[in-house]
Amino acid sequence: MTNGWVDIKNADMILVMGGNPAENHPCGFKWVIEAKRNRNAKLVVVDPRFTRTASVSDYFVQIRTGTDIAFLGGMIRYAIENGRYNKDYLINFTNAGFIVDKDFKIPEDEDGVFSGFDEQKLSYNRASWNYEGTGGKAPAAAKPGQPAPLPPLPERVNFDSTLQNPRSVFQLLRRHYSRYTPEMVERITGIPKDKYLKACDIFTSIRKDGDTKKVATMIYALGWTQHSFGTQNIRTAAMIQLLLGNVGRAGGGVNALRGHSNIQGATDMAGIFDNLPGYLRVPVPADGSFQGWMNRITPTQSKPGDWTSFNYWGNTPKFAVSLMKTLYGDAATKQNDWAYDYLPKVDRNYSWVNIWDNMYNGIVKGMFAFGMNGVMIGPNTNKNIDALKKADWLVVGEIYPDETSEFWRSPGITQDEMKSIQTTVYRLPCAGFAEKDGTFTNSARWLQWKNTALPIPPGCRSDQGIVAQIFLKTRELYQKEGGKFPDPILKLTWSYTNPNDPSLAEVLKEVNGKTLVDAEDPATKQQLKAGQQVPGFAWLKDDGTTTSGNWIYCGSYTEAGNLTMRRDSADPSGLGVHPNWGWSWPANRRVLYNRASCNGDGKPWDPARRQVWWNEATQKWVGVDVPDFKVDSKPSEHMGPFIMNPEGVGRIFAPLGAFADGPFPTFYEPVESPVDNLLYPKQSHNPVVRRYKTPEDKYGSPKDGYTVICTTYRLTEHYHYWTKNNPMNVQLVPEPFVEISEEMASEMGLRGGERVKVSSARGQYIAKAMVTKRIKAMNIDGKKTYQIGIPIHWGYRGISEDDGRTAKTPVNLLTPTVIDPNAYTPEFKGFLVKVEKA
Amino acid sequence: MSQATLRVQKISGHSGTVPGRDTQREYTVCKLVDTTTCIGCKACEVACVEWNDMPFSPTAFDNTYQTMPETRWNYWNLILFNEHEREDGSLQWLMRKHQCMHCAEPGCLEACPADGAIVQYTNGIVDFQQANCIGCGYCITGCPFNIPKFNSVTKRMYKCSLCTDRVSEGLEPACIKSCPTGCLHFGSKDDMKELAEIRAKQLRDHYGYDKAGVYDPPGVGGTGVIYVLHDATQPELYGGLPSNPSIPLAVKFWKHPLKWIGNLAMVGGLIGLFVHYLKFGPKAREESDIASKEGQ
Repeated sequence: MTNGWVDIKNADMILVMGGNPAENHPCGFKWVIEAKRNRNAKLVVVDPRFTRTASVSDYFVQIRTGTDIAFLGGMIRYAIENGRYNKDYLINFTNAGFIVDKDFKIPEDEDGVFSGFDEQKLSYNRASWNYEGTGGKAPAAAKPGQPAPLPPLPERVNFDSTLQNPRSVFQLLRRHYSRYTPEMVERITGIPKDKYLKACDIFTSIRKDGDTKKVATMIYALGWTQHSFGTQNIRTAAMIQLLLGNVGRAGGGVNALRGHSNIQGATDMAGIFDNLPGYLRVPVPADGSFQGWMNRITPTQSKPGDWTSFNYWGNTPKFAVSLMKTLYGDAATKQNDWAYDYLPKVDRNYSWVNIWDNMYNGIVKGMFAFGMNGVMIGPNTNKNIDALKKADWLVVGEIYPDETSEFWRSPGITQDEMKSIQTTVYRLPCAGFAEKDGTFTNSARWLQWKNTALPIPPGCRSDQGIVAQIFLKTRELYQKEGGKFPDPILKLTWSYTNPNDPSLAEVLKEVNGKTLVDAEDPATKQQLKAGQQVPGFAWLKDDGTTTSGNWIYCGSYTEAGNLTMRRDSADPSGLGVHPNWGWSWPANRRVLYNRASCNGDGKPWDPARRQVWWNEATQKWVGVDVPDFKVDSKPSEHMGPFIMNPEGVGRIFAPLGAFADGPFPTFYEPVESPVDNLLYPKQSHNPVVRRYKTPEDKYGSPKDGYTVICTTYRLTEHYHYWTKNNPMNVQLVPEPFVEISEEMASEMGLRGGERVKVSSARGQYIAKAMVTKRIKAMNIDGKKTYQIGIPIHWGYRGISEDDGRTAKTPVNLLTPTVIDPNAYTPEFKGFLVKVEKA
Repeated sequence: MSQATLRVQKISGHSGTVPGRDTQREYTVCKLVDTTTCIGCKACEVACVEWNDMPFSPTAFDNTYQTMPETRWNYWNLILFNEHEREDGSLQWLMRKHQCMHCAEPGCLEACPADGAIVQYTNGIVDFQQANCIGCGYCITGCPFNIPKFNSVTKRMYKCSLCTDRVSEGLEPACIKSCPTGCLHFGSKDDMKELAEIRAKQLRDHYGYDKAGVYDPPGVGGTGVIYVLHDATQPELYGGLPSNPSIPLAVKFWKHPLKWIGNLAMVGGLIGLFVHYLKFGPKAREESDIASKEGQ
């Protein structure tokens, strides 16, 4: 989230789309209710079904799943047409006035694709997706056999403050979404035009008549991310929030509701293949050296000449060197390129679906699955099961027998087949969440330490204990037997008090980092002795004198102690900042980009909800929240509030390599869709999305009889795939079901409680029908279209499953192996099925 | 359950005065349930089961998100779901937290013939005392809300206790504590009524619910659980909430007039017997009877 949970109570207007917080984040949803109760805030919900969130909304619109970009693109058009945006904010805090390269073309000119599309490679040459301007880094030299590197952003960007230049970002934006008319939106999304216009009117009403005081927030989750254009869904939302001037404001922002207690922590600490902790980009073979790597991933400023850009990512080398010093200690020196050679170079896409694809193709031989039920997660469960059958070994760390650890007796496997499976499966009993300490980082970026509530049961181990054992044994083997390149393992630091079971408090200290030499901060004159914890990432250096396992967590465990343990609920400003509760990254800032909560002169858009402001007397930015800004930069310097962008301003247009599929979000249909793309008939689907090629990667279409749209989701009463083992949850919702509209059920002669079989091109799902008014038939371009929904929580092992009360079909048997080209998230939320009585 | 600090003001099936009644002034407690902010998350259901250590019972799919059709002897608190289509075609998914209403004039207590099986405390909580319960089920007839449930093994009746054990220690009931959205509130009847009216007014003034109001039925003297409803004129939409509940006439008649009539009949019969004896003496033995006996 750019903002936070408690901050939601400051909103005047809330849009929930691509998410269902009342059901999946009931505690966080309290703040939406607080906003309604205390500020008369209004809640607009857009969803393929009438959810429990919709039940407390003030306006609900049912949308065809996967058509959010059409909806939001139309809302951009509406906002511009009706003057419902913050012009001052738009001109000064975004790149709306930047001039774009003359070779750049939007899809209307190119039949559904932007300039630079290569049909053979299914990818874009993004060189034209650039600003027009002068100066900048010298482009990297092209290497033989490698694709031509992208040109740099110009240092000085041409700018038009009137936003009239036809090649300004604003005019290109206007042209791009001019075709997303209410009529077109109705045909695509199935939302009647009057309802759609009412939704747009309500949401953008905060900027009616030039009002800049009110603020609106957008809250979303996997309904937006789990599509083959998921990142672009969120991009569109971010653009609307920039247009409306809601980013950086209390009660505003772009707010992702994370689906697990510590998934934010997982992404921060780089639980993904293409990041290092703190969102540093991984090195690739073409980088060649530490400097080459730094050159590629460290941005330089790019903005109009008289503006200032802090370009905080310009400090990347400090973060990277500090990370290398953490990993390799004294073995990382300037002389050996900071142990650059020890880091794996990421040569291709190792994301989730690719891992399983690689396993299926025999490339991945084994897997450690820690608290991760890959077979149930899918997509395309059968493919994952078949992949495991081909693997040599599988280690599952879990707290109960899950489907993945029992893939070898998934339903349908014959005795003979079972005997032929050669995979060795190891089941390690792990500790549950209440038996572990450490931090959870929530959606609001708050790190909160938790203590163990129960001892780890005998025979079970902590995660770090297991990882430590594996590492120590591997290191021992390398020491004894040598190997191709032992140093990256042998030279890793591992200096915990108990190396066999490292204390997570020590790990957090290491993540925060320390200074290796005596140091002084030039601004505050604060002094540190060698070995002391650094108070924040501003102290990190690129000369090897500091360590930090994750620069964005730097400041969480200082000489003052473990700040994530703080539990002072005081909130003097009443804005829900709670500055001494836990510790939030970065630097304990609670609302990101909060300088944008003030106008160009440094005065808050809404004084009643002021967060930070320019103090003329002390010549500093001050406030109730930590300013997310260079504290002494005068308003007249025109430094941009979006300090993490090289432009210093928000990106309405996302240039060059930011996104694989376009600088502006463009409406494409989900890969399995009942209709062609009405906006771009020649390009129905995201042009850079590829299909997988194993025999199990089948894709369905209406002509094969798959005419019903299916989406998957979660219930309050269950949590993913493990509460089916808990009697309390099973009492609340004992059996799996499929939600079907009354109309569709009536056509099929189906009554609630009767069994149905839902089939996709990949598999079948059998469960009882829940016949409901909450999903209605839709009119998609004149054709009656049905959507159904399936909650995910049942598999082939659990209380009801073991009792024989279910058909033992995991829902991800149905879902397609299709991923978003930027974040690689599978398209769980929109695919085609057929439904029959079972 | 600790009732140390709760004072009783009514006892079921009891003759004579209630000891200790009216010796202390106490305010009545009240749960406020704001159905307009209930998200049907069932935290309150779980809290009730866990606080009261109730065993799980089997449930089955029933074409609804509702956990089970009615409360049970071991499930005292249930969210009732209703998909209601308005005249303009728009949908409302109404959710009402259903549990004992702790009526000021409890029908269950009126109907109960067993001395002390049901008590009402001065704070308004109506509590079943299973030790005195004879399992006759008359409380079911007395209750307009279909709350008391029978346990066929223990042969006793059970229902929500408004967490007497927590309230007597100054804590809010478990359901109140668990509610994540703050849709549930707990406090004195006066305070909760005021809060409810403020919320209902906000709904009317700012949210277009011009029939929003508070459900506190006078037919049972008002209740210890009150609801804010989007539409107070149609409580039936909220899982069959009765619009004008009162103690059934049969129960009232049985416990009051009929009781006295019955007593009168019994006493009258005895008096009549005595008067008849005085007037006519004992039964005269017939000549034929003596003769037939002597003839054997």
